[in-house]
Formats: sequence, C-alpha cells, structure tokens
Amino acid sequence: MTPRHKIPPRRLLPALALALLPAAAFADAPDLADAVLAAPCASCHGPDGRSPGAIPSLSGLSEARLVEKLTAFRDAPPPGTTVMTRHMKGYDDAQIAALARYFSEAGQ
Amino acid sequence: MNRITRRTALTGIGAGLTLALPGLVKAQGAAAHVVVVGGGFGGATAARYLRRYNPGLRITLVEPATQFVTCPFSNLYLGGLRTWESITHGYDAIRSEGIGVVHASAEDIDATARKVTLSDGAVLEYDRLVLSPGIDIRWGALEGYDEAAAELAPHAWKAGPQTQLLKAQLEAMADGGTFVMSITDGAFRCPPGPYERASMVAHYLKTNKPKSKILLLDSKETFSKQGLFRQGWEALYGDMIEWISADNDGKVARVDAGALTVESAFGVTHKADVLNVVPPQKAGWIADRAGVTNETGWVPVNGNTFESAQVGGIYVVGDATIAAPMPKSGFCANAQGKVAAAAITADLAGQEPPPASFVNTCYSLIGPDYGISVAGVYYFDGEKLAEREGSGGVSPLEADEAFRRAEATYGAGWYASISADTWGTV
Repeated sequence: MTPRHKIPPRRLLPALALALLPAAAFADAPDLADAVLAAPCASCHGPDGRSPGAIPSLSGLSEARLVEKLTAFRDAPPPGTTVMTRHMKGYDDAQIAALARYFSEAGQ
Repeated sequence: MNRITRRTALTGIGAGLTLALPGLVKAQGAAAHVVVVGGGFGGATAARYLRRYNPGLRITLVEPATQFVTCPFSNLYLGGLRTWESITHGYDAIRSEGIGVVHASAEDIDATARKVTLSDGAVLEYDRLVLSPGIDIRWGALEGYDEAAAELAPHAWKAGPQTQLLKAQLEAMADGGTFVMSITDGAFRCPPGPYERASMVAHYLKTNKPKSKILLLDSKETFSKQGLFRQGWEALYGDMIEWISADNDGKVARVDAGALTVESAFGVTHKADVLNVVPPQKAGWIADRAGVTNETGWVPVNGNTFESAQVGGIYVVGDATIAAPMPKSGFCANAQGKVAAAAITADLAGQEPPPASFVNTCYSLIGPDYGISVAGVYYFDGEKLAEREGSGGVSPLEADEAFRRAEATYGAGWYASISADTWGTV
C-alpha cells in the first residue's frame, strides 16, 4: 500500500482553538505526495500552474483535458512539441492522473 | 502508516493522539522554527514552500543581499539582451507571506545546540535548518587565480559585481580583440553555462565588434549540449568561437591576471584582451562550518529528503549538494527546495517523508531567437537519486528554425515562472 501524506493538521490548531476557521478552508488541503509530484511543474508553468510568461498555464484546464494533453505529450506528441515529451516520458499513467487532478483543483 | 486526516487531528486533540505526533505537541506550545540560510533558488523556494505546506510555522530566511541577482540569464545581460534590473529580485513578496527575512550572513552553525550565529551578532535557534549556500571559488586551486586576480580576470560565476565587471571589460574592448575563457572540469555550477556565455558574448561582439574572436580553453574533452552549441555557433557566428578541448591542450595550468595571459598544461601561452576564468568550485563555506561537506568539498545528502547524510536536522539544497545525476542548476535547486520543505513538513508532524520527485530543464540561448534545452525527470530509487528511464535528453539536432525560436521563447517563459515561484517576483 502506498502511504498517503496529508498536509499536517498542525496548521489547523490555532484555528481550532479559536473555532473560527470554516471547514472549507482546509477540507481540500492537497495530499502532500501529490503536491511534491506536481511541485516541479511550477518552475516552468508558474505557481499553481498560473504562468506569468510565455509558457502555457495549467490552471483552468479540466482534469480530463489535462490527462489527455499530458498523455499525448508522452505517447503521440502534437506538432510543435519541444521539451514536454522529454518530461512526460518520466511519468506513468497513475502519476499523470495525479498531476491532472492536482492542477485541475489548484488555486480553486 | 501515519495517515493523518482532519478527522483524526480533530479527535486526537482531546484523545492524547499528540503522544504519537511530537510535531503537534511542539506546535501547541510554540510553533516550530525553521531557519533557511541562503535566499537564492534553493533557499527562497524552500522558505516559501515551507509556508505553503505549514501556515503556522515560524520561518526565518537569512540572506546577506537585499537584492538577489540570478546567475541564470546573467549571460543574457552580458549579451545585451537583458537589463540588470530584470535579473534582480527582492524579498518583499516573501516577507509578505509571514516569513522573517534577515539580511545578514550566517557565520557559524552549532548543529548540536541547533543554533545559527549571524554576522550582526544575533543567534537563531532552530528546530530544522535548511542550507542553500551555493558555491564558493576554490581560490588558488588554479595557479595564479586568487581573489585579487578575479578583479582583473573576473569569474562572474556568482552574479553580482563580477558580472558587471566582465560586461564593462567587454564594452571597453576594442574591435578585433580576443575574449578568452578558461573552463574548469569536475563539478561546477551550471554545466552549459560557459557555452551559453560564449554564445551571448559572441552575440554582443558580432553586433558591436565583429572582428573580435572568442577562445574557449577547456579542461574537459566534451561539454553539455556540445553538438547543439557547435551547430548553433556555426550557424550564427561562423568561425568567431574557437573551442580547444583538454586533449588538444585546452586545459589552463596557470593564470597571469596582470598580463591577461594563461598558460596551458603543455606550456602554450594565450593572450587575452578580456579574460574570463570559470574556476574550480566547492560548496559555499557555511556548509563547512555546519560539518555537512565531505572530502570532495560538496555535501552528501539523503536523496529522498535532502537532509544532510552527515548531520541530522540540517537539510541542504542546490549547487552545494552531491545530487548527480541532477545537474547543479537553479531549476534543480528550486526543485530540491520543495522536496526539502515537504520532507521537513512531514518530519515535524512525525510522518514519513513523501516520495521525492524532481524535474530539471536547462534552457540555453545561443542567439536572441535560438534556444536549446536539456531536461530530466528524477526520483529517489530507495538508495540513490536516479533519472526516470526514457525521460529527458537534449533538443534534437535536426530541429528547424521554428523549434529553436520556440525554445528561446520558452526559456524566457521559464525565467518568468521560476522567478514567480522562487521570489514571488516577475
């Protein structure tokens, strides 16, 4: 079984003490392992997949669309593809699914 | 496993679960304190991702410079394609995230007492320490090349006054002059850096002083993205750049910075009008003080966490580390900073670290519209860092003009994104 790593709940304690923080503020805290898997993408695609420059953003794309695009870069790169094939060949289907889920939810 | 959910956290508070979660016990009294030394790609990223993963954590970033100038894109500054301001980053965004930023140098580290002494006399106590010390020059390792020599023949391998000195020298050089670069072997910051620098100097000279020459004296027999660089040099600069490998007596044995000459291993003297020395390097010296370097002068780490292999509680990221097959790049430092931040987060909560995952992409600019790249995806295989099989590699040699142009554009896009990711700046 793969261990899952949640963002530690220590962040919640001050809020719990005050009993003020709404549940929604932490109910969607991303899984730490998924966050680590997705973290390097920000170096080119911007924090949370929001790019400030010439590289396309990832945020705003649906999970299904992300799976489709990331898988295509790996298996059947569209014309004009540069570095993304070399990246995606390092990720299996389960990792692509995790990345797609992460970026479809990032910043929401 | 230590699966901690919101539900168990909620019930645990009243149910004595804190016994199994030492991080929580500490956090209830006073937030744990993580000190990060070094505000470059590795350290600034580590600080910001620690905040992202731990809103309640006390974080202090120690960095002497109030403005950080990046080595990436400093070659573009030399080539006249970037302003100094555009490669300079401040710490306001980091401060605004509740991270304490102290502009001082770390002068000593007591790993037993978990204390860092700063140049302003302050002593910081830490629960976990992150070091991102970058590189130091091994002064004197190349005969004749010491700190005084670097004022005449700059290395410009730490972005700052050295970079500005080299640019001023290029601008003062007469048309028809010779720019000579001596390039070290072994482990050094930014493997493609010397060759991108040659490209950007060539762009400047072609534009402004087209009768000039560039001579690269290399202590190695091959170099990063070699085929791509040589193809690009020929396409854009003809025979302006001459590269001499170690097996053709390219290795420089001694430097005479006053005379602007270098002597090869076999006694051939080369005269420069501008002399740039990419010298032998080692981990930034505070790593020595912390006891995390080994006999190589670099820092061995646990590849899944980037915790020092020699001293517990100290995490080291960036160019200072021994992280092969990952190169010494700003991109890798940024990626390692995130992994260390996640590992510390898990550790403080009494959890196992999540599986590490890294990417590297190094763009190099050969001309304003001519970019190339090398990439890799890395992980920890249980014993060591490894590259994902089938991933990575360099741009194709047979690519067309549109491909090179796209990679030049994406290189600029990368710089914008990683700056936003590291310092919260554009």
